[in-house]
Amino acid sequence: MSTQPSRPHIPAARFSPAGGLASAVGWFSRSRKKYGMEWWIMIAGLVVILFVVTMTAFPGLFTRFNPNDQNAGGQMTRPSPAHVMGTDNLNRDVWARVVYGARTILGVAFAAALVSALIGIPLGLLSGFAGGVFDRVLSLIMDSVYSFPGLILAIAFAAMLGPGVINITLAVAVVYIPTYFRLVRGQTLSIKEEVYVEAARAIGARRGTILGRYVFPNVIATVVVVLSLNIADAILTEAALSYIGLGLPAGLPDWGMDLSMGKKFLPSGVWWMITFPGLMIMLLALGFTMLGEGLAEILNPRLLER
Amino acid sequence: MPPSAAALVSATDLVKDFPLRGTIFDAFSPARRAVHAVDRVSFSIGEGEVLGLAGESGSGKSTTGRLLLRLIEPTSGSVVYRGTDIRSYGAREMEHLRAKTQIVFQDPNSSLSPRMSVGQAISHPLSIHGIGTPAERRERVLDLMEKVGLSPAPFLYRKYPHQLSGGQSQRVVLARALVTQPDFLVADEPIAMADVSVRALVLQLMRQLKQDMGLTYLLITHDLATAKYLCDRVAVMYLGRIVELASRDELFTHAHHPYTKALLEAVPVPDPKARRDKKLPHGEIPSAINPPSGCHYHPRCPFALARCREARPPLREVAPGHVSACILD
Amino acid sequence: MPTSEKTILEVQDLSIAYPISIGVVRAVEGVSFTLDDGEALGVVGESGCGKSTMGLSILKLQRPPGRVTGGRIMYRGTDILSLSGRELLKLRGQKISMIFQNPLTSLNPLFTVQQHFLETIHFHDPGMPKDKALAAVGKMLETLGIERKRLSEYPHQLSGGMRQRVMIGLALIMNPDILIADEPTTSLDVIVEAGFTELLLELRRVYKLSLILITHNLGLVAELADRIAVMYAGRLMEIATAQQIFDRPLHPYTQGLIACVPNIQADQKELVTMPGSPPDLVAPPAGCRFAPRCPKVMPICREKAPALLEHERGHSAACWLYDRSVSPGAGPAFDGAGG
Repeated sequence: MSTQPSRPHIPAARFSPAGGLASAVGWFSRSRKKYGMEWWIMIAGLVVILFVVTMTAFPGLFTRFNPNDQNAGGQMTRPSPAHVMGTDNLNRDVWARVVYGARTILGVAFAAALVSALIGIPLGLLSGFAGGVFDRVLSLIMDSVYSFPGLILAIAFAAMLGPGVINITLAVAVVYIPTYFRLVRGQTLSIKEEVYVEAARAIGARRGTILGRYVFPNVIATVVVVLSLNIADAILTEAALSYIGLGLPAGLPDWGMDLSMGKKFLPSGVWWMITFPGLMIMLLALGFTMLGEGLAEILNPRLLER
Repeated sequence: MPPSAAALVSATDLVKDFPLRGTIFDAFSPARRAVHAVDRVSFSIGEGEVLGLAGESGSGKSTTGRLLLRLIEPTSGSVVYRGTDIRSYGAREMEHLRAKTQIVFQDPNSSLSPRMSVGQAISHPLSIHGIGTPAERRERVLDLMEKVGLSPAPFLYRKYPHQLSGGQSQRVVLARALVTQPDFLVADEPIAMADVSVRALVLQLMRQLKQDMGLTYLLITHDLATAKYLCDRVAVMYLGRIVELASRDELFTHAHHPYTKALLEAVPVPDPKARRDKKLPHGEIPSAINPPSGCHYHPRCPFALARCREARPPLREVAPGHVSACILD
Repeated sequence: MPTSEKTILEVQDLSIAYPISIGVVRAVEGVSFTLDDGEALGVVGESGCGKSTMGLSILKLQRPPGRVTGGRIMYRGTDILSLSGRELLKLRGQKISMIFQNPLTSLNPLFTVQQHFLETIHFHDPGMPKDKALAAVGKMLETLGIERKRLSEYPHQLSGGMRQRVMIGLALIMNPDILIADEPTTSLDVIVEAGFTELLLELRRVYKLSLILITHNLGLVAELADRIAVMYAGRLMEIATAQQIFDRPLHPYTQGLIACVPNIQADQKELVTMPGSPPDLVAPPAGCRFAPRCPKVMPICREKAPALLEHERGHSAACWLYDRSVSPGAGPAFDGAGG
């Protein structure tokens, strides 16, 4: 004898933007009443992200300086009303470099996460669903890649591929493919055993349809959480790569590179060149982490409440 | 039991073994360990009939239901649907079979994908079989929803499984099974997980739909009282074999096989006046991996003879239309 | 509700609620009943009616955030709800025991049957010498019909029916007065269930056990219960002897419930059905909670909730149909003079 099982209120994917927006708004207002800490953590993360995204989209709103302008001010001047974050050794405005640097790092992180997901998710679905030798071989490969420390792998790939935005993106992407693969494969394996999958076979659905309409939509919720955490990690990895110098052409403002530049001048008391880019990296990564963790808690079925 | 000419579906000598992965030592033993879920089961179902398949756990009734629809492949034996063996079906014919035969599972909540709305779930079979335009499908689904009591249909059309009550979910599952207008429906414990009052509603609905849509059912259940209410004929299964098969009235008044009699004794009756000392078989249902020799029931049967241990008793006619796998009289 | 000398447990106006995101679920409201020494009381109802919650609360086992919001549970003159944690431990398993639906998850997979028993005995009576404990266990196994060799086996090696017997054994090893059984046979096969029912009857006889049987299975209560209480949407709708409930149910809900159960011995042409579903317990309807579905509903039913009144000797129902002040032509009246 069973009672109605509790289920999380996950909004469904709809194909009309208006419908999707309406359901998202509805979900937000309902969630707000339900949840405490996790909700605010998620919101905090979102705020940070939106702030940085706005910086990316409308840099002109934030600074009038050009990040590559080597005549912006004096050399290595302290933070002042004129230069909120001071200037660096090439007389460039640090705040401008921070604002424009957001584009680079966010762009690479997003793109890398997207590539990882686009490769890892379908592979995970197929592997979990098909099983057999294909699954075993693929799992083996993925596990091997996964067991590599992420940063080392990224460095290896970056070194192999050489400099350039696309290459860096690929190098970062490779590291996370196994994460999506493992997650999706695990979910697929358990969903495969659900009665509604058997029911789908009974109504005559072919395997592709089952995968696409029955398995995938039930897997996607957890993927969203991983995506956010993935981006957080990708940000750190990209910063690390450019910190070591493996990466982007000099013309592109980049936080990681500024970090490494700032390190050189730190002993002479110039703290603002390294601190501000460092803080931004941390803030952005934290923002995505909070979004991901908050979302994970919220999407988790709560046993105490209905 | 040979399939009759008017049979819609019939099974002949169906066998299903589920191999067990054992240790490497098992590889050396002559008989591979397996769960003998279905052990040479034969019966036929006439058009418009409701056949009940009753039994306890391990009886193989659920497996038999799935074999009948070829949701799992039999180890041996045949299933004949409208005169043709479905094992010979190619992809196209199988697709047609999936439209003409359907199954309803025990737990409506796990039978529905949490991410598909009611409307999407019910109309999906139609789109799989390419029936109608999207607008036509929606109309058809709404009509069917009203018919099974999902009202107001347009409102419930957009709901998701977790927003429905138990009774509503089971109706959705029924509607999905009926949307392609099948002839034959396998109902695997359709009410086991429902509340008492919902059970009655679903049973009534099943009866109604049978009349309105000319359906043929195989009702799989562990509850003989349900079988009595809905079925025309009832087959009792024990450890993978049919031990008795008779018309409903005949089975409940003149049960022949000792196991059937034990089952009937054991069913709780909602009436205090029916309290009695029950003569129950000792022991429990043995494992289907190593079933007892001869008649599977002999270790528990109060009337067992030495012969019962030796050979599997065949299903023999003990009264017109009434067969039993017991050698006693 | 009049109590007699033999009353061993008395639930008075019990209410249990638990808060959820959108409000407070009133799972149990104002439930009162008594249990006499040696009696078997069946509590029937469908899912969500509050019977399990109520059963758990007797031993203060209801899961948080559920909490008792009113009422008392009197056991031998003491209110269980007022007991401290330490005192409760002396009660549970020793004076009042409980068994649940799924024996597999109720047993510790790492303990043998013997270890289960010895653990239990040792917890309640640390002073008992081991040989005396083993003797008690042996005797219990005999009554349960379990072979001695099972003592060294683990739960996963036992069949479902046997596990349920072990559960009962553990519950009764300290010879409690009351056993609360929450859906004890739902996971069992029909024949095993019948054996279990026989066992319960035997145990009650041998140990003079009082039983509270919580179930949705009307056949089971018909076989085991002396009296039956019917719950719906957190309230007690009717309480009477088993015979009275089945022969002449007063409350329309009870009538509907009995009429919709397939009876293997009866010749039922059609099952009577009760359309609709139980009300939302966060915002239950005013008045009688069954009113929205009741085939005999009257205007007053929607306004005021009827009290549980004794309308016939030993037979109480919470229904306006029988209230003389509301329906003058109401059925048999209880005139208090032994009528």
